[in-house]
Amino acid sequence: MGRLILSCALAGCLAIGMFWLLTAPERSDAALLSGLEGDARRGEAVFWAGGCASCHAAQEATGDDRLVLSGGRAFASDFGTFIAPNISPHPEAGIGGWSDLAFVDAMRNGVSPDGRHYYPAFPYTAYRLATVQDMLDLRAFIDTLPPSAQPSLPHEVGFPFSIRRLVGVWKRLHMPDGYAVSGPLDPVAERGRYLSEALAHCAECHTPRNRLGGLDRDLWMAGAPNPNGEGRIPGITPDRLSWSEADIAAYLRDGFTPDFDSAGGHMADVIRNLAMLEDADRAAIAAYLKALPESE
Amino acid sequence: MSLARRVTLPAAILSLAIGAAAYAQQEFSGAINARQGHMQIMAFNVGILGNMARGNTEYDAEAATTAASNLAALAMVDGRGYWVPGSDNGAVENTRALPAIWEDMAGFGADWQAYGEAVTGLQAAAGNGLDALRGAMGPLGNACGACHDDFRQPSD
Repeated sequence: MGRLILSCALAGCLAIGMFWLLTAPERSDAALLSGLEGDARRGEAVFWAGGCASCHAAQEATGDDRLVLSGGRAFASDFGTFIAPNISPHPEAGIGGWSDLAFVDAMRNGVSPDGRHYYPAFPYTAYRLATVQDMLDLRAFIDTLPPSAQPSLPHEVGFPFSIRRLVGVWKRLHMPDGYAVSGPLDPVAERGRYLSEALAHCAECHTPRNRLGGLDRDLWMAGAPNPNGEGRIPGITPDRLSWSEADIAAYLRDGFTPDFDSAGGHMADVIRNLAMLEDADRAAIAAYLKALPESE
Repeated sequence: MSLARRVTLPAAILSLAIGAAAYAQQEFSGAINARQGHMQIMAFNVGILGNMARGNTEYDAEAATTAASNLAALAMVDGRGYWVPGSDNGAVENTRALPAIWEDMAGFGADWQAYGEAVTGLQAAAGNGLDALRGAMGPLGNACGACHDDFRQPSD
């Protein structure tokens, strides 16, 4: 009897130990940054391509107010309500006090400076594919923006999702180890793939999710239920979106469909970001969309 | 209660409800047609400019100025007569107008005002060459999108 209890206890300890090991936050090595330096001017393009302002600027912010990354916007989901934090360069309320390595870890590993998993409402599953150089450039750009002293608010997430270590399990299942579109692409579509998959995180809305909230990579960009309410986010694979490449690129700049209706919903906001890029980058995204595998 | 009454009373209530909905549909159809017509004339003129900006048609300063002036004139139309309370997409079919329009008339008005400002810029730019026209299309798209974002049901 005593031996049974002992072996149960041992098995329990082992299970907890395994869980702890398997869900440990992944940290980057400082060597990753050696010889690299952030360039704020280049970082501005990364900022707009990455869509940072769409979540981290205050609700309804327009114009230059979109550069005040005070956080506070709430995002309801099946797992709870996530509240975007302050990522302005304020030393206490924002990320001004972070090291570059902490910033890169947050972006690419989804881990906070104190070693906790971030919830994947923060699309690090995309940013994971971004280059370290781009992340440092982004950091340098954010450092030039106005600081906001507004404190970040806690997420409203109930048990069991409140256990951050469980996000470690989720990451094991859903962190990508490469691009969703793996086929050979020409250099323009390749640039578009980087912009779409690593920075602009188009798939977060345009790809359906499984029950755990992970992207169904077999239905990449096939369209999905609208996370913010009724209706569907349209599929944008070539079999579902018949617009010409030029029409797609123009839409991403001026927000007009080929029949000159205008983008609405969240896409209007995405276009406010993508409109800030060079024409070549919007053309690259269009080329990538045309290179997507069919989804029907 | 007899069987006949048990059936006819709910049936009567149901038909009244259907009748009321149909009445609402009919009551607002003129207003809905009018505002959708307004939007279609806008889209037609935006199309003239947008096709030039995208290089689908050749740039023509005069035609561009005319289209921009039409858009400016359309911004001056007082549409309060056809934004009738009760004619939102929750109450009637064939409209994507969200109840938010009537819940936030001030915001709706502000977005319409922003459209007016964008077309004023467009009017100044449209005749000044293709690059100027291209530059003014973004703010116009922003203005259209900002209002649709808040007040129009996304299509699926």
